[in-house]
Amino acid sequence: MDNGAAAGAYADMDFDADILVAGGGLNGTATALALASAGFHVVLVEPRPRAERKADDFDGRSYAFAISSMRVLQALDVWPQLKDVQPILRIKVTDGRAGEGPSPLMLTFDHGEIEEGPMGYMVEDRYLRSELLRAAERSGVTQIDDRVIEHRADGAGALAVLGSGETRRVRLLVGCDGQNSPIAVRAGIGRMGWNYDQTALVCTIAHEEPHLGIAHQFFMPSGPLAILPLSGNRSSIVWTERAARAESVQAMNESDYLDELRPRFGSFLGQVSLAGRRVAYPLRLSIAERFIADRVALAGDAAHVVHPLAGQGLNAGLKDVAALAEVVTDANRRGEDFGRPEVLKRYEQWRRFDTMALAAATDGFNRLFSNDFALLRGLRDVGLGLTNAIPGVRRAFIREAAGLTGDLPRLSRGKGL
Amino acid sequence: MSKASTIDPAEIEKFQAMAAEWWDPSGKFKPLHMLNPCRLDYIASQIAAEFDRDLAMRAPFSGLRILDIGCGGGLLSEPMARLGAEVVGVDAAERNVPVASLHADEQGLSIDFRHATAEDLVAEGETFDAVLNMEVIEHVSDPGAFLSACHDLLKPGGLMTCSTINRTAKSFALAIVGAEYVMRWLPAGTHQWSRFITPDELFGLLRQARLEPVDRTGFVFDPLGWRWRLSDRDLSVNYVTTSLRP
Repeated sequence: MDNGAAAGAYADMDFDADILVAGGGLNGTATALALASAGFHVVLVEPRPRAERKADDFDGRSYAFAISSMRVLQALDVWPQLKDVQPILRIKVTDGRAGEGPSPLMLTFDHGEIEEGPMGYMVEDRYLRSELLRAAERSGVTQIDDRVIEHRADGAGALAVLGSGETRRVRLLVGCDGQNSPIAVRAGIGRMGWNYDQTALVCTIAHEEPHLGIAHQFFMPSGPLAILPLSGNRSSIVWTERAARAESVQAMNESDYLDELRPRFGSFLGQVSLAGRRVAYPLRLSIAERFIADRVALAGDAAHVVHPLAGQGLNAGLKDVAALAEVVTDANRRGEDFGRPEVLKRYEQWRRFDTMALAAATDGFNRLFSNDFALLRGLRDVGLGLTNAIPGVRRAFIREAAGLTGDLPRLSRGKGL
Repeated sequence: MSKASTIDPAEIEKFQAMAAEWWDPSGKFKPLHMLNPCRLDYIASQIAAEFDRDLAMRAPFSGLRILDIGCGGGLLSEPMARLGAEVVGVDAAERNVPVASLHADEQGLSIDFRHATAEDLVAEGETFDAVLNMEVIEHVSDPGAFLSACHDLLKPGGLMTCSTINRTAKSFALAIVGAEYVMRWLPAGTHQWSRFITPDELFGLLRQARLEPVDRTGFVFDPLGWRWRLSDRDLSVNYVTTSLRP
């Protein structure tokens, strides 16, 4: 057999790698890892130094993992390494007003109603980030501490220019470079969306009473408040406020901050204190007009930033990762040039519909709930009560939130590429 | 070896335009582009199974010599070369040869495109591990003689995939209403529905050519997903077979 010569026919062209991923956040690292696990030579370019990204110092963020996202990490062999994962056993949704406590009508979702087990899991950023990075290193991803400052597509590939002046020629460039994605800008992809005049205040609290694995979502007039269970007697708070109000709350000292927070969810967790840094994120809806361009695919925040109301940002990102990795892998295994537009189009079609539906749903929910009109409040309560009364409707909500509906990529079903 | 270098420079622009046409996924050959992932999945998995190759490896078909009959712009030849095979593509239309060569060159693929027929290659004593005989047989005047030539082009133990259009009421209806994925493959300006071959007839012809048919699978267009998929049961319009030279 004359292996070398024939294989060389394709490999000889001056490519440095198959795929370059710009942006080493969670989605970028997961993309690089998934593609490397499928046998691609992947370069991951991220300006923040690796040591910093791998450090375990807590930044206060955690993520509500849908079951589909958990399965992606299982398939990539990252899930078993994660520390302090907290299952979400029940979700309580309540319409409320500060100081009044919950309305009598509330919506409860229980994991006993679907067969997949817990409804989701809380995962802390510090563990997730570092384990993804370690897995990417194990799988042979080449990491460069730099940024892509320019790129050009031509017939057979794309040339990326790094800050150092070095270049990398690849067949496909994946932009996981955030909501202001320079890759998308250079590729001429516009964005649509708007700011919400809301800011998410995120922190971790330690509390006296156990949370029993229950996640709470209170719809307050100023915006939703989520209390999400972490391991031990700790919870992650995602507290949405009007932007101006949030700015003054964020500036408060710890005890004033807690005084502001406490009346919003009552006393069921007993004494609370802050455990970790406080972070504030201005909320916006921002969706790329296209998810692909010549030799370019966008994933994660670069493709879409939605309201974090249902905690679906990272979950949607990991579905992008799973769908893109599958489309590209399948194309490559049947001998297609995986960076060609007709291949990337399959990824865009797959993710575009889901993304628009999610954006419309979270935006609509937020508009419906973030106000204090008596009439709307009444309708909401009736709506929540009705949904609660009908098991079939409730089960559909749970499966949707758990990411178990739609045409799921193989990785999102826990299967390898 | 590429033949692009022997082309008259004045002709190159014309060939580039034709290559662009062949490779435009939404142009004249859109039906073929839509079907292509599905037929590649079939071809790749059949070859991988027969020659014990793992498609998850890089260049899984290295060491295999593959012939693409009726190669056109190289829509099947290029993927086979990417999978590591040594590929010969032949077409009875002479102008397709420089067009396909030029495009493959631009992709960094070296493929031996020739203006030749299966019978020509037999006369030259060429042999292959696999022969791709896709959407060709309905254009051939003597299918028996053609398949016999294909047999001779296979090494013992070699594999041929052969696809065509079934002769059923459904394919007839689609041909009449002009569904382009059926019409496209008919000789221009004719309705030679009678040339379509049923799977049983094709298996009979393959056996007469001393080939051993081992699989038959349908290509089914899914109008909801707007894509083609493989089907074990529905061979009513487009279908593909695999046979081996014992």
